[in-house]
Amino acid sequence: MKVKMLSRNPDNYVRETKLDLQRVPRNYDPTLHPFEVPREYVRALNATKLERVFAKPFLASLDGHRDGVNCLAKHPKSLATVLSGACDGEVRIWNLTKQKCIRAIQAHEGFVRGMCTRFCGTSFFTVGDDKTVKQWKMDAPAYGEEEEPLHTILGKTVYTGIDHHWKEAVFATCGQQVDIWDEQRTSPICSMTWGFDSISSVKFNPIETFLLGSCASDRNIVLYDMRQSTPLKKVILDMRTNTICWNPMEAFIFTAANEDYNLYTFDMRALDTPVVVHKDHVSAVLDVDYSPTGKEFVSASFDKSIRIFPVDKSRSREVYHTKRMQHVICVKWTSDSKYIMCGSDEMNIRLWKANASEKLGVLTSREKAAKDYNQKLKEKFRHHPHIKRIARHRHLPKSIYSQIQEQRIMKEARRRKEINRLKHSKPGSVPVVSEKKKHVVAVVK
Amino acid sequence: MTADRAAESLLALSQQEELVDLPKDYPLSASEDEGDSDEERKHQKLLEAISSLGGKNRRKLAERSEASLKVSEFNVSSEGSGEKLVLADLLEPVKTSSSLATVKKQLNRVKSKKTLELPLNKEEVERIHREIAFNNTSQVLSKWDPIVLKNRQAEQLVFPVEKEQPAFAPIEHVLSGWKARTPLEQEIFNLLHKNKQPVTDPLLTPVEKASLKAMSLEEAKMRRAELQRARALQSYYEARARREKKIKSKKYHRVVKKAKAKQALKEFEHLQKVDPTAALEELEKIEKARMMERMSLKHQNSGKWAKSKAIMAKYDLEARQAMQEQLAKNKELTQKLQAASESEEEEGGTEVEELVLDAVNEAQMNADGLNPWMLRSCTSDAKEGEIQEDPEQLPEPLAHNVSESEDERPVTEEEIVLKEFEKRRSLRKRSELNQDAELRGSQETKDSTSQEVLFELRTLSQKFKESHQSRKQKASSMETVPQVQREEPAPEEEEPLLLQRPERVQTLEELEELEKEGCFQNKELPRPMLEGHRLKKNPNNQTDAPKKKRKEQMIDLKNLLTTKSPSVKSLAVPTIEELEDEVERDQKQMIKEAFAGDDVIRDFLKEKREAVEASKPQDVDLTLPGWGEWGGVGLKPSAKKRRRFLIKAPEGPPRKDKNLPNVIINEKRNIHAAAHQVRVLPYPFTHYRQFERTIQTPIGSTWNTQRAFQKLTTPKIVTKAGHIIKPIKAEDVGYRSSSRSDLSIIQGNPIRLSAHHKKQLKKNSID
Repeated sequence: MKVKMLSRNPDNYVRETKLDLQRVPRNYDPTLHPFEVPREYVRALNATKLERVFAKPFLASLDGHRDGVNCLAKHPKSLATVLSGACDGEVRIWNLTKQKCIRAIQAHEGFVRGMCTRFCGTSFFTVGDDKTVKQWKMDAPAYGEEEEPLHTILGKTVYTGIDHHWKEAVFATCGQQVDIWDEQRTSPICSMTWGFDSISSVKFNPIETFLLGSCASDRNIVLYDMRQSTPLKKVILDMRTNTICWNPMEAFIFTAANEDYNLYTFDMRALDTPVVVHKDHVSAVLDVDYSPTGKEFVSASFDKSIRIFPVDKSRSREVYHTKRMQHVICVKWTSDSKYIMCGSDEMNIRLWKANASEKLGVLTSREKAAKDYNQKLKEKFRHHPHIKRIARHRHLPKSIYSQIQEQRIMKEARRRKEINRLKHSKPGSVPVVSEKKKHVVAVVK
Repeated sequence: MTADRAAESLLALSQQEELVDLPKDYPLSASEDEGDSDEERKHQKLLEAISSLGGKNRRKLAERSEASLKVSEFNVSSEGSGEKLVLADLLEPVKTSSSLATVKKQLNRVKSKKTLELPLNKEEVERIHREIAFNNTSQVLSKWDPIVLKNRQAEQLVFPVEKEQPAFAPIEHVLSGWKARTPLEQEIFNLLHKNKQPVTDPLLTPVEKASLKAMSLEEAKMRRAELQRARALQSYYEARARREKKIKSKKYHRVVKKAKAKQALKEFEHLQKVDPTAALEELEKIEKARMMERMSLKHQNSGKWAKSKAIMAKYDLEARQAMQEQLAKNKELTQKLQAASESEEEEGGTEVEELVLDAVNEAQMNADGLNPWMLRSCTSDAKEGEIQEDPEQLPEPLAHNVSESEDERPVTEEEIVLKEFEKRRSLRKRSELNQDAELRGSQETKDSTSQEVLFELRTLSQKFKESHQSRKQKASSMETVPQVQREEPAPEEEEPLLLQRPERVQTLEELEELEKEGCFQNKELPRPMLEGHRLKKNPNNQTDAPKKKRKEQMIDLKNLLTTKSPSVKSLAVPTIEELEDEVERDQKQMIKEAFAGDDVIRDFLKEKREAVEASKPQDVDLTLPGWGEWGGVGLKPSAKKRRRFLIKAPEGPPRKDKNLPNVIINEKRNIHAAAHQVRVLPYPFTHYRQFERTIQTPIGSTWNTQRAFQKLTTPKIVTKAGHIIKPIKAEDVGYRSSSRSDLSIIQGNPIRLSAHHKKQLKKNSID
């Protein structure tokens, strides 16, 4: 008699080492796993809910300044170091891991208007209301040494902003004109003007480093070429632009933070129409900074909130606010793209997660897989009404909320009026201007 | 100013008048008419002066009427006419005097020169500069376009872009910084040092280096030359081979192959005469090739090429031939066994042949001494080994073959399809042969050993035919039954193949049909059945049938539209009443005709009926056949039972579209589910099917393999915690960054300073 026995190949079920995962034979026959869409939908719904549950973006508040924080600067080589300048002329250097101030300098009399670090990270520059440009060493002075700047340049007029070249020993200041300085000289090597007005901010292009952008209080944004030492083009918007920021991954894209509550992303080769108009703030936008990945940027506003926008979307994906945070004056995205810092009126610097529900620290591979899967699920089902509603829901302070309602009504009224005008006038006599073009007054060659 | 001038000239005139008045009283020099003319002129002047005083067209005419002290070189004017002074007028008097030629020339030269344009004003110049600079810059920037596009569309972006190189220290550095501490390490180091093993540079030991140096210069040169020569030869050979390989001509290759075979044959013959052992080796090689073939079944028409040829063989003569050739080759290669064994049978040949045979036998004994079959056949045949040498028999079968090959052309085609048969046949034959070998003497075999060996190398067709012939001979002599068996299927299978050939040409539809049925068309199918099949698919019939159908449809439509069927009436009462106008009716008719194909109304009615049916609650039938009575095939439960166990569904509420003839209201829509459904097609999708597809494909690991799951859930952006992401650089993406630094370029440019700064600089310098 022949006895039939079950026999299995041990290769199929025995682990090679103890550390391997147990082998689990799977049968992927779709009939054995029915209802894939409903099941995934429920998973997506849960993932979205959990994301909201775990959305705790606020990490820390760095206090120590005795006046509103006016400017922030990132250290180019060290992620943990941040510099901040206050309205009383004090500059502080912070260690983010310890969340402590490691150095405080009385740099200027009056405001510290702007500051920037040198590309190598050994020194930094500040400009203040006392018409001086000062260069400081990054390291604290040795014992017994006095705290004093490396160089001081005394100017004729007030400097309102400063930015350092990304590769060379050159920096640019702005005030009545844009000056380009060699670090070794006490007079600018080149100064560029176009019209007469106070320029509030100047920024070097991080990729094509000879390009500069500036914005002045006569509502215009001017682009300069440092090598040909000439302005290139000027675009005049509806209202004043406070700051601009260049995209670190796309050489010709920059975003302007405007007083009319909007941000405008421009392609510098075609200034007559912004690429995207970003709307969501309910008060003037004061500062903007790009994520180092170039896919998102963060904006700080007078409405006591900061918002994160995807570059190609006109609406923000996230809004951060706290009860005690006042008008946010400056904001920076850290260079590992994980955190956001903002300095506000009430003397604090706040540290936020760039991704509100992200778990900090090391993830196991299973956690990582689950995170990726959940992310994909949310993306896949993001158009479904329930999921969309949960994902979009944000709590807002009453002031912002009511402002939004009010502005919605105003906007609706304006739109209605426009439609009526169009309806009751001779066809063709009232031009239809797109939302993008509406805000650009003129482009000057 | 002009007013003052005019006043002055007036004053001057009055003075002149006084002056002129004097001579009037004392006529000394001037004549009468002169005086008249003078007076007139003065008058004219006065008038002019007055008019210029108050008039709009005040113009100062610097007229020089008389000699005066005020002659100025800047004030030359052409007389009275008010025209511009032209150089030519000045030159006119010069024409006559030749002494002024040089002056004239100079003046001419001056005349020919053009005046410079006025320089543009500063703003204009700056604007132009800006425009040029902007154009240049945007050109520079547009080199980033492809990269930006790529990054935007990328499935995944990994940051930081540039990989941080892990610091690899070369082994020497590591070793130099490391010292042997433990006794074991020291021991090992001692050993290494004693043997002069390289510690730092592990390329060559000192001993090896020494041996390298030991080679003399001449030797080295010789060796080098040799190597060079070999390399050159190799490269020539390679080049030639490549060139020859490129030749596409089949004929050429055929010729080359034939030539090669001939050459091989010749060489073999030569070898036999000169060096029998070498010949033996050759033989062994052939034998080996045969064995390989038998093992690998390389030429069994089972490869990819052969299969493709089999498909093509129906239509392509060449393909058919190629198939046959391959089969023949297979046969040739596999049948070597007989040849070899047969070769052993014949011993009585020339001395050379004997020699060879001895060697062969020995080899056989040595090689497969374990095979009793072979041994037995060898010995038994060797006894009877007789002189059936037939140099004249050789041409004869050849001729036979030639004639046969023509006959068999169509017949052999069967073999393409019948490889299984072939295999079986060959097996059978082999067994037969073995029997033959036992039973019969060598007189049955027709070839001498040497010839047989040569035949192996002969071209394929010859071989094939020969085997065929031998088969036939055997069949005729001994067993007729298997022959019949073998030959029976042949005509059977021939028929469909032959049948298909003429039909293939007929129509495209036939071709399609062929395709459908594939190359595995049933060969057993009897002809009439096939034909019937074909008839059924006959294009004429096919076209006829749909025509009829269509006609019917048309008639139906007309009926529906003209004779107002009650259903239509109820549907479209108002429209039909309106139709009474004849013109309108005509138009309607035209439209109907135009859209004759789609019967919208009927479709709608049908749809609605179906919807109504579907929405009706269903009765529940609980009858169990065979319960309490007989059951089985053809028996139904009685009507009484059925009535008793049928649970009638309660009438649902009336349909909402009951009184709306041209509306279907879907009552099945689930409000609770609708809350979870997407209402509007989201942006990037253009059709709801696309969207549905993306939703329907699951991405979880429950439905996908691990690898697929990982691939489906790759995040769009990957960043590393604690790593600084720097802005993209031209070098990162393979562009050349500008070699000159921005700083050097500015310093090369003239410094542009505002006036304010210039002042400041001056001050600084003074200080």
